[in-house]
Amino acid sequence: MPSKKASSTSKQLSHELPKTPTGIIGLDEITVGGLPTGRPTLVCGSAGCGKTLLSLEFIVRGAQEYNEPGVFIAFEEKADELATNVASLGFDLQKLQDQKKIKIDYIHIDRSEIEETGEYDLEGLFIRLNYAIDSIGAKRVVLDTIENLFSGLTNQAILRAELRRLFQFLKDKGVTAIITGERGEKTLTRQGLEEYVSDCVILLDHRIINQISTRRLRIVKYRGTLHGTNEYPFLIDEDGISVLPVTSLKLNKAVSSDRFSSGIPALDKMLSKGGFYRGSSILVSGTAGTGKTSVAASFCNEACNRGEKCMFFAFEESPAQIIRNMRSIGMDLQQHVDSGLLQFYASRPTLYGLEMHLVAIHKAIRRFKPQVVVLDPITNLITVGSVSDVKSMLVRLIDFLQEEQITVMFTALSLNTVVNEQTDEGVSSLVDAWLMIRDIEMNGERNRGLYIMKSRGMKHSNQVREFVISDNGLDLIDVYLGPDGILTGSAREAQMLLEETGQVLQTHAVGVKDRELLRKRKVLESKIESLRSEFESTEEELNKAYVENAIKKEVLEQNRQKLTTLRGKNISDADSEDEIKKTKKKK
Amino acid sequence: MVTDGDSTDWGESEEMIYKLRLFVTGASPASVRAINNLQNILEQHLKDRYELEIIDAYQQPLLVKSEDVTAVPVLIKKEPTPLRKLVGDMSDTDKVLRGLGLL
Repeated sequence: MPSKKASSTSKQLSHELPKTPTGIIGLDEITVGGLPTGRPTLVCGSAGCGKTLLSLEFIVRGAQEYNEPGVFIAFEEKADELATNVASLGFDLQKLQDQKKIKIDYIHIDRSEIEETGEYDLEGLFIRLNYAIDSIGAKRVVLDTIENLFSGLTNQAILRAELRRLFQFLKDKGVTAIITGERGEKTLTRQGLEEYVSDCVILLDHRIINQISTRRLRIVKYRGTLHGTNEYPFLIDEDGISVLPVTSLKLNKAVSSDRFSSGIPALDKMLSKGGFYRGSSILVSGTAGTGKTSVAASFCNEACNRGEKCMFFAFEESPAQIIRNMRSIGMDLQQHVDSGLLQFYASRPTLYGLEMHLVAIHKAIRRFKPQVVVLDPITNLITVGSVSDVKSMLVRLIDFLQEEQITVMFTALSLNTVVNEQTDEGVSSLVDAWLMIRDIEMNGERNRGLYIMKSRGMKHSNQVREFVISDNGLDLIDVYLGPDGILTGSAREAQMLLEETGQVLQTHAVGVKDRELLRKRKVLESKIESLRSEFESTEEELNKAYVENAIKKEVLEQNRQKLTTLRGKNISDADSEDEIKKTKKKK
Repeated sequence: MVTDGDSTDWGESEEMIYKLRLFVTGASPASVRAINNLQNILEQHLKDRYELEIIDAYQQPLLVKSEDVTAVPVLIKKEPTPLRKLVGDMSDTDKVLRGLGLL
């Protein structure tokens, strides 16, 4: 994260070179903390590249955010002209002047009024500057554009000597100063101001490539400190200047294992974790008319339903158009717009250069702080840049979004119907999940097939599902694998009907068999019953013989006992014992 | 020095009162030279027809601002119009006279 880097590095360097934050978005990151405190900085560039605005913003932000009063010495525009020019940026110069936070002094030098009659110096300028600084205790000073002195006064020798003295004076005063200068033919400034300012030089540039203008900023030199050395695009809009430190990329962002739904339940089921990871980037690619925007809108809709803020960057359709179109498939995005959860940001790709789009997207995201972002479609950006440009822009965008833990969904139009392993923008390797929607043409109709090309960090289905857009929204249906391959649409329906018929027939067949079985069972059961009764009667027969025997035996015994008793009424006990022995032997 | 400005006759330059302001910076060499040179020229060409105010820029920073002074010494000719600023130590008499509209 650049700001982390900034804070740690500035701490490390604090004893070497104190820095004054400019308060301009991004600039402090590139300069790793700001401009050198107590030293002059040269800001140079051609006409209309934003020198005055940058320096004025430095003063205003200093006064408003860092409580550092500032003096703005204008050589070009009058104080009220300046105030009018920046009123649109929300800078109330008059109020700040009344509060004694800033002081604007307009120095006008008109050659037609001036006659040089001998030796002179610029002490008047010094007195005014000194007075202005002392009257409000200024810490910041801007001289815009001091080169105008050269047009009003002719004695170069004096001017150069005085300029040198001026920079020394500013250093002695301990103010952090910005001096602006017009870009020269071969030198950085027309009058070679860079000779005098050796600490920090910032070059602004306004370039037009393919009829699209991009402003860029570069730190030419910054003595005694680290700084970004690249050209950074910057944007001037209603919030002033924002510079984008585009190449401060690192791969050390935090990750989340939170998951959330894609808005299509069937799609969630295809992902083992029941949805996408928070902070991941999802690419939806497909040929024209495959429903990429619908997938994206459903993703948005779902996020809003969860109460998350969502930002929809539309490069193709207007917000009203998207809302209308989505209503036709049962999604009411208007309610989310009304409740402030959903914000559209529609712009024509050709409005800015790519870098400016990136800056604008950054700004919009920073302001709205959404959790979910949709870009629809990224392919349109190709119209304003080459493939490699678009790729590098998207790399930076994804990096930024991941750093902010924002989940992003891109849609991309595949220009050819052959499935490419690589998207046209070459971002497929950057994204965490890639959904591919492709046309399946068969039997004179076109259907959509959706599959998950990749999904980092989770198992996912490898099946192609039929992607159906209906009045009730989006759904995925299992496609049928028939003998001729994948079946979709009406072929699938036919196959389903066919199988249904088969099912009925089979059910019937099973019924017949069941009944037969039942009958057989009944027959067998009755057979078993008859056998059992046969067995019972035989058993009874047998039992009967046994019982008769036993009864006979008992009766005989009883009879014998009776006879014995009758016979031996007077026989002794021993006889009776003999009798017992006899009976035992008998047994 | 003649003072009554109301009697200025625009038709006759002879009668015009020159209202002049000279900004100097303390007693710097250029300032001293400017005062001396200017007074010589004025006495020679505009005797009794001028009002000269000599202002030390260090003492009057607000006046320096309101008169939009950058280079010093500077002589500001407020009247007669047009406004002219004569920068320097007034050593180039021709230029001073041209600046004052006397040549």
